[in-house]
Amino acid sequence: MSTNKNTGKPVDDLSGVETTGHEWDGIKELNNPLPRWWLWTFYGCIVWALVYTIFFPAWPMLSSATTGVLGYSSRADLTKTMSEVQVGNQAVVSKIAELPVADILADPELNRFASAAGESAFKVNCTQCHGTGAAGGPGYPNLNDDSWIWGGTIDAIYTTIAHGVRSPTDPDTRYNIMPNFGADELLDAASINTLAEYVASLSGLEGGVNTPEGAQLFSDNCAACHGEGGIGVTDVGGPNLTDALWLYEGSLASIKSQIEKPRHGVMQAWSEKLDDSTIKELAVYVHGLGGGE
Amino acid sequence: MNTTTDSPLPPLDRHDVEPVNSAKLRQPLYAARRKIFPKRAEGNFRRFKWLVMAITLTIYYVTPWLRWDRGEYAPDQAVLLDLANRRFYFFFIEIWPQEFYYVAGLLVMAGVGLFLITSTVGRAWCGYACPQTVWVDLFLVVERAIEGDRNARMKLDAAPWSAGKLVKRVSKHALWLLIGVATGGAWIFYFADAPTLLGDVVHLQAPMVAYATIALLTATTYTFGGLMREQVCTYMCPWPRIQAAMLDEHSLTVTYNDWRGEPRGRHAKKAASAGAPQGDCVDCNACVVVCPMGIDIRDGQQLECITCALCIDACDNVMDKLGRERGLISYTTLADYNANMNLAAPEGRLDPTRVRDSVTGRFVSAIRHTSWRSVLRPRTLVYFVVWAGIGLGMLTVLSLRAPIGINVLHDRNPLYVMLSDGSIQNGYDVKILNMTTQPQDMVFSISGLPGATVTTSGADGTASDEIHLEVEPDLVLPLRVYVKAPPTQATGQIDFTMTVTNADGTVSASTPVRFETPQD
Repeated sequence: MSTNKNTGKPVDDLSGVETTGHEWDGIKELNNPLPRWWLWTFYGCIVWALVYTIFFPAWPMLSSATTGVLGYSSRADLTKTMSEVQVGNQAVVSKIAELPVADILADPELNRFASAAGESAFKVNCTQCHGTGAAGGPGYPNLNDDSWIWGGTIDAIYTTIAHGVRSPTDPDTRYNIMPNFGADELLDAASINTLAEYVASLSGLEGGVNTPEGAQLFSDNCAACHGEGGIGVTDVGGPNLTDALWLYEGSLASIKSQIEKPRHGVMQAWSEKLDDSTIKELAVYVHGLGGGE
Repeated sequence: MNTTTDSPLPPLDRHDVEPVNSAKLRQPLYAARRKIFPKRAEGNFRRFKWLVMAITLTIYYVTPWLRWDRGEYAPDQAVLLDLANRRFYFFFIEIWPQEFYYVAGLLVMAGVGLFLITSTVGRAWCGYACPQTVWVDLFLVVERAIEGDRNARMKLDAAPWSAGKLVKRVSKHALWLLIGVATGGAWIFYFADAPTLLGDVVHLQAPMVAYATIALLTATTYTFGGLMREQVCTYMCPWPRIQAAMLDEHSLTVTYNDWRGEPRGRHAKKAASAGAPQGDCVDCNACVVVCPMGIDIRDGQQLECITCALCIDACDNVMDKLGRERGLISYTTLADYNANMNLAAPEGRLDPTRVRDSVTGRFVSAIRHTSWRSVLRPRTLVYFVVWAGIGLGMLTVLSLRAPIGINVLHDRNPLYVMLSDGSIQNGYDVKILNMTTQPQDMVFSISGLPGATVTTSGADGTASDEIHLEVEPDLVLPLRVYVKAPPTQATGQIDFTMTVTNADGTVSASTPVRFETPQD
């Protein structure tokens, strides 16, 4: 290895090029100069970056940042995009506002739009009680099944959402009340037991006993709302007692407890909070969950 | 050190040192580009390069204009990357986004192909097929047509500015820009219907991205092909580093055979009469002046060398004139070169007389010449088999794939729903794929779940075990499906099958699905 007479730096014998003097396991780095255009590209990038900060939001100031002469902001961009989407949806949105909910359900395009809109409205307003999958829970109806206390047609669902159930502020609300047969001493304990065993027998629950006394008690006290034989009356919100589904627990003890001192669910009248289009969209979504009639 | 006892000055040490910022020590940190004026070469490799250039440029410019009839529901452009609709059309093949693994397969093929080509013929990609090489060649054609060959261009470059020089320079750059525009223009046609887009572009009605793409590719083509040229290959491209690492001693590379060329000399006869050994190289520098990279192949294998083989053409012409064998510069493997070198310089000193028969003047039989053996060897054959295997495999899968498809997503919340009669219902998001270019009447059905019925959301609720559908061409039909099983069947987790079949039952697609029930 020779050295450069001027610089005193080692020179690679094979290429005649100076090395940096660094050596890794016998491998030395040639000190070839970079191409000049590379340098200019580097300067160009710096200039570009500076010019960019003039045109776009960049430099932090005390309370905010420079806005840039182009006035661009991603927030404004989003607002613009959102308003464009809203304009694009205007035709569908106005149709949903005008048409009755049954017509929306029947129109595939409106149905698709309303279902999607209804799903997001559901996630915001309804999941607190009915769950994210609308599967409900004890006391909160499952909206996926085919059992409807107040009716499963699109119009019935729409009415239920709009006016709520037992809403204290809406005169048109879905309203019924089951007497406190035990607490108010309308029936004695033995009768309640017989009645509960009869009701349990209607759907084949464990502990159910179908007795003429029970049938008589049911006919006298319950059939007005729950229908003859317990098949339910949706007009008055009397649940079907013969099917496999129970709003509260499906057991003899739960039935007895409900007869003695019934629990009553409440749903607010959503027309007080949501606009009519949103309620229609919710109705279409709920109807499409799998149990709509 | 200069010390004398009788000097009036006290003895001093004189040091051999320079300040670090001395002008003598400074070397440039950044090197300006040295202009290269490649001379036109003539010969077999130049002709081959013309051919490759014609083929590759034709493919690039013509492909978007080829038509391919796919019926009334699909575009009739043979090669189309429809980004807006996420469809890729390649003649008889249509790829959907979920089939992107075919592209991955192509990339694997490209990788193995790189191994194959490089281990066989070195950096052939760089020398013949790389767009940078092809477009630089094209730009050089323009340059030569306007400014003349090497000597005329050097003269023009050195000449002071005049009207004539201005005209030549302006027309050259204008033509380069025109090629750049055509290059960028051709690119955009791969992404939309070419005739329609051309009309839009001409009438200034094309989308902004089309003009931006043309502008960008015009700029890069002009800059890389006209202004930067060899700088791109030497400094910007990673390929030289990667490819050089994949060569082995049996790869063909452009080589200066110094075992027969050295010692080189311009005065061969004088040297011969003086009894000095004389190689074949007459130091005419023909190999250097034709080199588009501006290097001297006689310095050995170099990073800058793109193996375009134009130096071989140049040298062969000189050898022809001198009446010597061609191949002083040739495609040679390192193994052959080393064997010949050992023959010519057994003691480390080159003696070209050792490689020739003293009577006939021909090469001795022990000299190794380039042969096809270097191409057909286990390594290249393995690469080829792997490469071809992947290609054939993909073609087979492509030709056997069903043109309809079904994807199913089971509801996660709720997993199941109990209905009033005690039966269990599961909800599914089903997507039916019609990958043909015709509308299809399809039948959706389930099997393996006794007594079960299916309904779709929004339908009249009529339950059966199949649903008839009309699926639009080239589209996905989303379907909300409810499967209901009677209480007696609904226990545990049940695996069953969803199937979609076309109207005449010839094509079908199935997918395994799970049915969830209450777990006690």
